[in-house]
Amino acid sequence: MKKKEKLKNQWQYHLMLLPGFLAVLIFCYIPMYGLIIAFENYNVGAGFASPWVGLANFKYLFNQPTFLRTITNTLFIAIWKLALGIVVPVTIALLLNEMKSSKITRFYQTLIYIPNFLSWVIMAGVLMDILATDGAVNSILASLGLAPINFLGSSKIFPWTMIWSDVWKGFGYGTIVYLAALTGMDPALYESADVDGASRWVKITKITLPLLMPTIILMLILSLGNVLNAGFDQIYNLYSPVVYETGDVIDTYVYRLGIQQAQYSVGTAVGLFKSVVSAILIAVSYVLADRLAGYRIF
Amino acid sequence: MKKTRYTAFDFFLVIFLGIICITCVLPFVHLLAVSFSSNAAVSAGKVGFIPVDFTLASYDYVLKGGKFLRAMGISILRVVLGTLLNLALMVLTAYPLSKDELRFRKVYVVFFVITMLFSGGMIPTYLLVSKLGLKNNILALILPGALPVYNMIILMNFIRGLPREIEEAAWIDGATPFQTLSMVIFPLLGPSLATVGLFSMVGHWNDWFSGLIYMSNPDMYPLQTYLQTLLVNFEQLLQSSGNGADIMAILSKMNARTGRAAQLFLGALPIMMVYPFLQKYFTKGLTLGSVKG
Repeated sequence: MKKKEKLKNQWQYHLMLLPGFLAVLIFCYIPMYGLIIAFENYNVGAGFASPWVGLANFKYLFNQPTFLRTITNTLFIAIWKLALGIVVPVTIALLLNEMKSSKITRFYQTLIYIPNFLSWVIMAGVLMDILATDGAVNSILASLGLAPINFLGSSKIFPWTMIWSDVWKGFGYGTIVYLAALTGMDPALYESADVDGASRWVKITKITLPLLMPTIILMLILSLGNVLNAGFDQIYNLYSPVVYETGDVIDTYVYRLGIQQAQYSVGTAVGLFKSVVSAILIAVSYVLADRLAGYRIF
Repeated sequence: MKKTRYTAFDFFLVIFLGIICITCVLPFVHLLAVSFSSNAAVSAGKVGFIPVDFTLASYDYVLKGGKFLRAMGISILRVVLGTLLNLALMVLTAYPLSKDELRFRKVYVVFFVITMLFSGGMIPTYLLVSKLGLKNNILALILPGALPVYNMIILMNFIRGLPREIEEAAWIDGATPFQTLSMVIFPLLGPSLATVGLFSMVGHWNDWFSGLIYMSNPDMYPLQTYLQTLLVNFEQLLQSSGNGADIMAILSKMNARTGRAAQLFLGALPIMMVYPFLQKYFTKGLTLGSVKG
């Protein structure tokens, strides 16, 4: 009633939306339509309207042992990253919260947040230098009398190098999120625990951790959509054919097959498989985030 | 006030956390030290966290070559154009979508949100950009991500939180929607624009992958893509950087490790310089995005 007349000049709002609408239509929706080439035999002349081959590309893929191992590699690396990406920041946040000097806490926060903003190219350069067989880390190990570790060249160790270096790069962000959640807490809870003579350990496990739970659940749910993202930027810049057996993941496979070898249709078939699974996971995680943690982004 | 009492556990905490936090920066300090050290000192493994046999040879080599600076120029241009385009489209899209009475608002929102759930992925996007003739064009680095949908929604939620009376006053004075946006709403967006703007800047600066796939001419590489190629082939590049005598002169002072370290450090420098702002606004951004209730 009243609202209708309030919003005059409706067409001007639609005009404002036009540039963003077109940008998304062209660069998001046309590629979505382009996924159709997963069912075609793509050739450059015909473009997205190439000859139809049905599920042939998928059949070919699922007969490739090199493809199947990328799924297990991806899940292994991504799930460990997800788990440690929660455990480590929560632990550090709880410990930082226990510190009595807020100046030192703030200084520490400043340090741990830095790697988060640097690109994986820079980080890969740094890691290649310090993790080399003659690099800084191995010379420290040698001075401690330990055997050298081939962090990047051994297929047994490579996934763990990826997992821990990712945790190292990203834990600052998580820590800040959890600390932000902790600053909003009611000090009265701790005071009454003090009156009851509760120990520090009891206060952490019985008060702080339960209060953090909603945030932890939220972060966990929101990272669900990443179960098929093992981290292309990181792995592509650090892997090599020697570690493909355990280090080749879906995204690196798509890149090599689709872009480097120009097998567009097969590469897109992998991409489509991944997009569908991820979209379902993201949709489920948004619903869960709303139901369990009361968090909505729109 | 009670006097704080320190137990052994407190000292343990300070030291234990200190070690963990220091590991976040020590590798970079080491890299910096390597970049300022001589070939001989680095090859002998003498460099820890302080430059040994101090020399600027690596930086001299990097900055004289021209390729590094050209790549940096492309990156700077890309950050400026890309961020401005992102901000313009985010504001222009977020403002109308913040109005509940907008006709077809639900349709628009669904249209944008779907792109957060589902995407065409790497190859169809690559084929489209190629087909549009954007390869080796800086637009290929800017247009595909012209509207960051997630950040636009953060901005939309922020605008929804502004008191409506401000706009109503402008409407009564006869302001059109465009005038209301530019003169009333836009000036109020300060901190939230800074947040999403910084997200965009860091994203554009750090992106190396679009440069790799959309630029077939290495002269068009943005800095991070250029650095990425150095991770693989800086050794050869160094070997082929002049005639025999030149190379001998260069290699007497620096090597691939010191040269690469210098370039990585220079590539990280702009991020380090805006880091204080990043820290301030990224923490703010955490709370900006959520809707209450």
